[in-house]
Amino acid sequence: MLRLVVRRLLQLIPTLLGLSVLLFLWLNRLPGGPASAILGERATEAEVARINRALGLDEPVHVQYWRFLKRIFELDLGTSTQTGQPVWDEFTLRFPATVELSVAAILIAVVVGIPMGYLAAKHRGGWLDVASVSGSLLGICIPVFFLAMLLRGIFSVELGWFPSQGRLTTGLNATDITGFAVLDGLLTGEFDASWDAIMHLILPAVALASIPLAVIVRMTRASVLEVLGEDYIRTAESKGLDKRVVRGRHVLRNALLPVITAVGLLTGSLLSGAVLTESVFDFGGIGSFIRTAIDGRDYPVLVGFILFIAMVYVLINLLVDLAYSIIDPRVRVH
Amino acid sequence: MTILTNKADKIDRLAELTQSSETVTGSSLWREAFRRMRSSKMAIIGAAIIAAFVLVAIVGPWLAPHGPTAQNWRSEVFPNQGKFVGMRGENWFGLDHLGRDMFSRWLVGARQTLLVGVVSMLIGLIVGALVGVLSGAAATLGGKVGQRVDTVIMRFTDIMLSLPSLLLAVSIAAVLGQSLTTVMIAVGVVQIPIFARLLRGSMLVQGGADYVLAAKAVGIRRKRIVLTQILPNSLSPVIVQATLSLATAIIEAAALSYLGLGNPDPAVPEWGVMLSQAQRFFDNEPMMAAYPAVGIIITALGFTLLGEAMREALDPKLRG
Repeated sequence: MLRLVVRRLLQLIPTLLGLSVLLFLWLNRLPGGPASAILGERATEAEVARINRALGLDEPVHVQYWRFLKRIFELDLGTSTQTGQPVWDEFTLRFPATVELSVAAILIAVVVGIPMGYLAAKHRGGWLDVASVSGSLLGICIPVFFLAMLLRGIFSVELGWFPSQGRLTTGLNATDITGFAVLDGLLTGEFDASWDAIMHLILPAVALASIPLAVIVRMTRASVLEVLGEDYIRTAESKGLDKRVVRGRHVLRNALLPVITAVGLLTGSLLSGAVLTESVFDFGGIGSFIRTAIDGRDYPVLVGFILFIAMVYVLINLLVDLAYSIIDPRVRVH
Repeated sequence: MTILTNKADKIDRLAELTQSSETVTGSSLWREAFRRMRSSKMAIIGAAIIAAFVLVAIVGPWLAPHGPTAQNWRSEVFPNQGKFVGMRGENWFGLDHLGRDMFSRWLVGARQTLLVGVVSMLIGLIVGALVGVLSGAAATLGGKVGQRVDTVIMRFTDIMLSLPSLLLAVSIAAVLGQSLTTVMIAVGVVQIPIFARLLRGSMLVQGGADYVLAAKAVGIRRKRIVLTQILPNSLSPVIVQATLSLATAIIEAAALSYLGLGNPDPAVPEWGVMLSQAQRFFDNEPMMAAYPAVGIIITALGFTLLGEAMREALDPKLRG
């Protein structure tokens, strides 16, 4: 097990190095370079030269790249031109909101998606199958932000069932410990705050869940169908095993392996979706922040964001990989 | 390397489908696939949607009853007071916030949307195919050095694949500035690694086939083997992916518009831009968003249905 972890970690190094090279090249391609991003378009040449010297941009490329790497290791992603705060601090401040939203979305997708996919496969060709297959196709084709606008329009503006924006009702005095609003409420015993946070979470989470849900339904369905056709299922059934045992231990356990990987790897689409849904609901996580950074051309934030999600993404991939090796003993042997 | 899977896995599975061309059924792979697709409801619905969309995109602008940018009814709309004009005889889809005819804008927008989708898909396809052919040819016929070249190229595409595509597109668009070209480039670049990996994968499958060995034995030059033997036989998954990519391209272009990175030119209506303009007034006039949104959803659905049907038709496992 330890050897596997070490090997995976070592395998990460070339990926991360390659990524840093790409990012570094990309950074250097910013229009007019960072100097004009800081000074604006009407900067004089002397000013540009001064900034370039200050930032070390007049040095050879490999020296610059080395410094870039060092800064990443020190988690120094520069300063936001909008807020004047270090980019890393801005991210860590807002990250819990995005994590909370993403976890809620994944929960919805898994809890609804796996049973739906299973039932669709079990009753192949039936109405549930047709409904879930066409539903999942539709789920992929609806732009996430439009779905978010639609849900917000119907359930909060028209019907008033849910709050239309933010994470907590303004004026509600909730203690902040971890940054996770729901968890904080539970820890401090402020259950009304937790409830308030959950109500704020539901609509954005449902919107965000649309693509993962579609993917999970389709994967589960395909995977269950494949397993149902295996010889060992026929063997299990014909030797008279209890249906529940066949379903639980033979069908689901084997069929869910690829689904688990998919769930972990959906993080990428969740992060993209979070940028879109958060800005519809003004949720206050990283997504909303990025939206304002795009409007304000806040390059340090945008570059830092790519790095940040790359790190998160790579880390999650690693965790999924390890989780997989625990669930599926075959992986450990290789 | 197992991290970075999923997207990569999916691409590889698609690439493996070229293998089926070796079956000795007497009819060619594509004829067989076409026969299967004709009996697939998914394929027919998808093709019908696409045909309708392309027709609207081509003739739509001529059918538009009013100028797409003419603010003929400016005095009837008060967006700040929430007063809009909905469907009526003169304006089938109502008016937008500037008093322009939504139906005309929708028709003209169809062409722009198709243009954005096709151009960005082509950017991804052409560049990706070049990279993929290079990599695939190097890996199959380039010997030791070739294999090393292939490894380096594939590492880079894997890294690009590992990033969420929309966010990659956002970062590209943010750097290039706001324009229609930007959207097409940003959405297209994101597709490059997909096509590269796909074409390389299916070329590797084909490279091991007997007819390649035969061609080598006869003494045909390597460049010629790649171009006339391996490449034509590796194309079918690429065509499937191109169809599916059109759907993603249209959706992602809309998302970029929504994030404020779309075409700022008001003279050219595009569904994504129309949708993002409509969001400010969504609480008062949801229909303004509904028309472009429905256009995007249906079109994306059409391309997805056809693409999925083609994938199924090519899959030997599903063959009767």
